[in-house]
Amino acid sequence: MTTGFDAERIRKDFPVLSRELPGGRPLVYLDSANSAQKPTRVVEAMREHMAMHYSNVGRAMHALGAESTEAYEAARDKIAAFVGAPSREEIVFTKNASEALNLVAYSFGNRTNDDPRFRMGPGDEIVISEMEHHSNIVPWQMLAQRTGATLRWFGVTDEGRLDLGNLEELVNERTKIVSIVHQSNVLGTVNPVERVLARVRQVGALMMLDASQSVPHQAVDVAALGVDFLAFTGHKVVGPSGVGVLWGRGELLDAMPPFLGGGEMIEAVWMDRSTYAPAPHKFEAGTPPIVEAVGLGAAVDYLSEIGLDAVARHERELTAYALEALAEVPGLKVVGPRDLDMRGGTVSFTLEGIHPHDVGQILDDDFGVAVRVGHHCARPLHLRFGIPATTRASFYLYTVPAEIDALVRGLHHVRKVFA
Amino acid sequence: MIAESMYQELILEHYKHPQGRGLRDPYDAEVHHVNPTCGDEITMRVKLGDGGKVEDVSYDGQGCSISQAAASVLYELTEGSTVDETLAVVEEFTRLMQSRGQIEGDEEVLGDAVAFAGVSKYPARVKCALLAWMAYKDAVMRSSK
Ligand SMILES: Cc1ncc(COP(=O)(O)O)c(C=O)c1O
Repeated sequence: MTTGFDAERIRKDFPVLSRELPGGRPLVYLDSANSAQKPTRVVEAMREHMAMHYSNVGRAMHALGAESTEAYEAARDKIAAFVGAPSREEIVFTKNASEALNLVAYSFGNRTNDDPRFRMGPGDEIVISEMEHHSNIVPWQMLAQRTGATLRWFGVTDEGRLDLGNLEELVNERTKIVSIVHQSNVLGTVNPVERVLARVRQVGALMMLDASQSVPHQAVDVAALGVDFLAFTGHKVVGPSGVGVLWGRGELLDAMPPFLGGGEMIEAVWMDRSTYAPAPHKFEAGTPPIVEAVGLGAAVDYLSEIGLDAVARHERELTAYALEALAEVPGLKVVGPRDLDMRGGTVSFTLEGIHPHDVGQILDDDFGVAVRVGHHCARPLHLRFGIPATTRASFYLYTVPAEIDALVRGLHHVRKVFA
Repeated sequence: MIAESMYQELILEHYKHPQGRGLRDPYDAEVHHVNPTCGDEITMRVKLGDGGKVEDVSYDGQGCSISQAAASVLYELTEGSTVDETLAVVEEFTRLMQSRGQIEGDEEVLGDAVAFAGVSKYPARVKCALLAWMAYKDAVMRSSK
């Protein structure tokens, strides 16, 4: 199979992909949905910044301070362009996607915020879905507990699609915020944002997208999507860990209270009160992840040059190949869509009678195949399907068909061991 | 082929044909233990008799081959034993599991459980092997109160 995409050349950009594992096993990295590998470009950008331009940002009145601040803010520009943000001030650097989601949840039902869009109490409703990562569940549970609001959720169909059967009833006049995943980290499902958003607008609620798994794999344009907030995390877009992004519509960010208090988020401080800097700095208390932001800037440059559309096409072909190859493994059941429509390159499955931990262990130890096993931080989704865990293979721009062949060979061997 | 040293034939046998599985009455104490990182779980009941005799250990649960086989091996070992004898084995088994592959384990004490020695090299799997054994220790403590 060929994808017309030079993944072999791309692999050379990722030093780790040519290393061997102990015992002379080649590395077959099929765990990019968990965290992506890093190209030399990113490693070098971070090394260069740390070695030659490093200093704190925003507050140092010297040459290095200016260089560091410029690099940090340039990363903001790159990310704004990468996700089509109308304004660079709408890009907030966080620690990860989890923090971005928590930040938005914190804005609701907060006594310091009297904007009606963020008021929340008993009778108000928050809507999520059964296919969410814990990071897009727990902050909303905490919000509901804090305010007395009601947490509700979309179900998931047997096929692994968002169940929109009760959209009109679920999203109603009491709804204040709907927060769902753009692409599921387990099922691979890409959700129909447009349909949900149309209803959200009808009832005057706000909408947030957890784009942790979509921004790395498809061109995402926040303006075109039309939602209110979007979160993603640096380490899944070939960037470093320690940095994430919240994009929010400017007028909403302005209306929101600060999240963490500290240096650099203020305008003026007295002993008994403070005024705050405008967004995004209002939300970036303390020394930010400077080097990580620079690395993330380099990562989105790298992906932009290759082109997200080309990446998406490559992954689509890999997914088609994988779904077909996996269907030949006896006892294997894919959890999630089996067609390519609105679906990304993440394939989770069960092997009859064999626990995913045993599958993962043998794949790793005998074949160097790195997959993720467990509930992938989506326990409610696994409960929905009545299974404790799945094995998940996930693909990225550097994945090649031979790696899927290695996975399938490994799975046949696993079956033999447990036969 | 490192994993194969972990998946000893004996472990696979116990996994495929678990001994003593299923919850039974009567019992003195019932405990439920889970391994939050991987979701393995076990419910275990213990019935003790006169002179510290273990009359029955029954269990049900779900999880990987290591956790399920460990429960089955534990069941066999408790059959016809006393609490004191079995707790000595639990102690040796725990020591083996926490050894990071540094010790082989005393086969005299451990019997079949020595087959789990290879698991101790995998920190992520040690908890799987210990799940049933810790549940047993807990259940025994509760029943002798
Ligand atoms: C869909 C989804 N949401 C949120 C997250 C959380 O990302 P992070 O752990 O970087 O905050 C992840 C990744 O683990 C994810 O896959």
